Amino acid sequence: MFGLSKRDAGLLFVVALLCLFAPFILNPFPEGSAMAQFNGGYPDLMQRLVIFGIFAIGFNILFGLTGYLSFGHAAFLGVGSYAAIWMMKLLTMNVIPAIMVSVLVAGLFSLLVGWISLRRSGIYFSILTLAFAQMSYALAYSVLTPITGGETGLQPKHTDPRILDGALPAGQSPRANLFGLDMKASTQLQLGDWVFTFNAGYYIAAAIMLVAFYLSIRIFRSPLGMMLRAVKSNQQRMNYTGLNSKPYTLAAFVISGMYAGLAGGLLVAMDTQVGAERMFWTASGEVVLMTILGGAGTLIGPILGAGFIKYMENIVSKINDNVLHGWFSFMPDGIENFMVTIIHPFVGKGWHLTLGLLFMLVVIFLPGGLVEGGQRIGNLFKRKKADPKSPDGTTTTPAE
Amino acid sequence: MDAILLQILNGLDKGSAYALIALGLTLIFGTLGVVNFAHGALFMIGAFCAVTFSKLLTLSHTIIDDTRKDFLGNPMKVDVPYIHEFVGQTTGDAIIDWAVPLSILFAVPVMIAIGFIMERGLIKHFYKRPHADQILVTFGLAIVLQEVIKFFYGANPIPTPAPAVFAGSFDFGAMLGFDPNTIIYPYWRLVYFGFAAVIIGAVFAFLQFTTFGMVVRAGMADRETVGLLGINIDKRFTIMFGIAAAVAGLAGVMYAPINSPNYHMGMDFLVLSFVVVVVGGMGSLPGAVLAGFLLGILESFASMSAILELIPGINQIIIYLVAIIILLTRPRGLMGRKGVMEE
Repeated sequence: MFGLSKRDAGLLFVVALLCLFAPFILNPFPEGSAMAQFNGGYPDLMQRLVIFGIFAIGFNILFGLTGYLSFGHAAFLGVGSYAAIWMMKLLTMNVIPAIMVSVLVAGLFSLLVGWISLRRSGIYFSILTLAFAQMSYALAYSVLTPITGGETGLQPKHTDPRILDGALPAGQSPRANLFGLDMKASTQLQLGDWVFTFNAGYYIAAAIMLVAFYLSIRIFRSPLGMMLRAVKSNQQRMNYTGLNSKPYTLAAFVISGMYAGLAGGLLVAMDTQVGAERMFWTASGEVVLMTILGGAGTLIGPILGAGFIKYMENIVSKINDNVLHGWFSFMPDGIENFMVTIIHPFVGKGWHLTLGLLFMLVVIFLPGGLVEGGQRIGNLFKRKKADPKSPDGTTTTPAE
Repeated sequence: MDAILLQILNGLDKGSAYALIALGLTLIFGTLGVVNFAHGALFMIGAFCAVTFSKLLTLSHTIIDDTRKDFLGNPMKVDVPYIHEFVGQTTGDAIIDWAVPLSILFAVPVMIAIGFIMERGLIKHFYKRPHADQILVTFGLAIVLQEVIKFFYGANPIPTPAPAVFAGSFDFGAMLGFDPNTIIYPYWRLVYFGFAAVIIGAVFAFLQFTTFGMVVRAGMADRETVGLLGINIDKRFTIMFGIAAAVAGLAGVMYAPINSPNYHMGMDFLVLSFVVVVVGGMGSLPGAVLAGFLLGILESFASMSAILELIPGINQIIIYLVAIIILLTRPRGLMGRKGVMEE
């Protein structure tokens, strides 16, 4: 199907189903119940899940396949965002030109950065990409303020030219749309106590993510993907065989930069604003975390990692002491207070502590990320049932 | 001329901090071969050692002072630090005033202990893993350390003043024969520079003139042979990790009066220090120190208004720009050794 092997097509199909039914899957608890705060099925979060999924898929094409660890990918996301917002200010609030131009501009920028940075490898490459990203961030904050809006960032205004759109009626704010379909439009479905929200912007972003995921599968299975994996396993040997690996790594770098630009354009399409903090190096670190947590070099890993981190970020940071007291109220008071004191540092504002610990544990014990964890658990069950003479006969090996 | 001198002086204190952190980073990289992204966090913990120490000194209890009255006519309640009871009021106040320099005594053992725990508990297990894994796990550790500090000390910067003697500035220009009030420089920054020079000198002397340092240098050059000679090089490298942690910590302690410590100061310095290490050349100690001062001074030159008019925004990006140019023209950095990190 679509030039994919049966297993890859199955994977794509599963991801498509997950995207389609995400409003149900992420909203398993009835409205107003004690567990309702674990519901992640609201439009803003769902959009972020798929958009950062795209970002991580793109990063994985570079890091997972070639092993080049870029610490500056947020710059491409930021550049894409700025390009998109300017399209919205100058041309039209329709998201199609915004997204297309964001991919294009991020691609050009990553061509420049990649062309220079890929002269070095290892930690030098990481530092070079980091240097470029920090430069972009610093410039966006200071000198380029006329283009980037500096600290205040950019939003579409009523007075912008927007040559393709007709003049807006007075008092109506410009809204991102796809040929008139408002990105923020939602329909709600009420089933008993459950409320499910279906958001237009989310489904458009999810569709784009599926296309991006499909392309990444094709890249993984293509001769280019094979070449990139060869670069990761032994670049020196590649060079000795008389092969110039630079065009391949540069292609991977630009592709992943374009994915980052796409994610940036989509972020703007959803919330129509952008600020320079999107390019700060912690944002670059976050996409590294997502990819590693999910499983670098695997197809599904980055999506899992991005989804996991963004979901946990939203949910864990909402838990406060009152909620904790609610959970442990069945215990005697002393133990209840004790438990709350223990857990308190890790939730709410302490979310980053949890993230850091989780990340360390994954790097130490599970270098393959969540995907490897899943496989280990799967193997555990398989070994009990299956014939020991044919180990790993049907296990899915990660793409790496 | 005086403007140039002023910028060189201004660059010295930041350059000292860069040099000290980069020195520790290079020591760890040269001995253990580990890329330590948590080094900025050690700098930050050092600064919070100063905060903790001055908090400990000013622990007080409330007594009722009968000689003074508050506005209601009742005897006034006064907070008195415990230290007054131990050593008397004048000495006690003097000790509190000198809290930051004194906290060096407190910070050194703490930082060495933290370094030992880090190396034995975590980094030991990462020698055989790829550099990317080392970067990632220490990056995670840096986040954790930073959040722990934030949990205990809050997110706001905590002002930690220098001793009153060093509070003012002195007129450097008048001393050298320029017009008065053209080159004014805070005393504490001069102290910081002197302190950094002493620490750097001590580390180099330790490596150069002691038997221990000689063994460590031999181990950096060829670890296997030193091991074959029957020397427990791992133990010595662990001690070097402790020393590197202490150097970063001391840089943080003395930096506390210059910049009020907050929980993310380590990360801000870390990124720049890595650039410094790479510019100086991975594994080269003199290179790290040289590049630290060089980039610190360049940064302050770039923030001169004359240069800013010429190239706006250059002060924000100069360090990264220099790093890119140096990496592309001199792949091993300014003083990098051959064969380090080239695989």
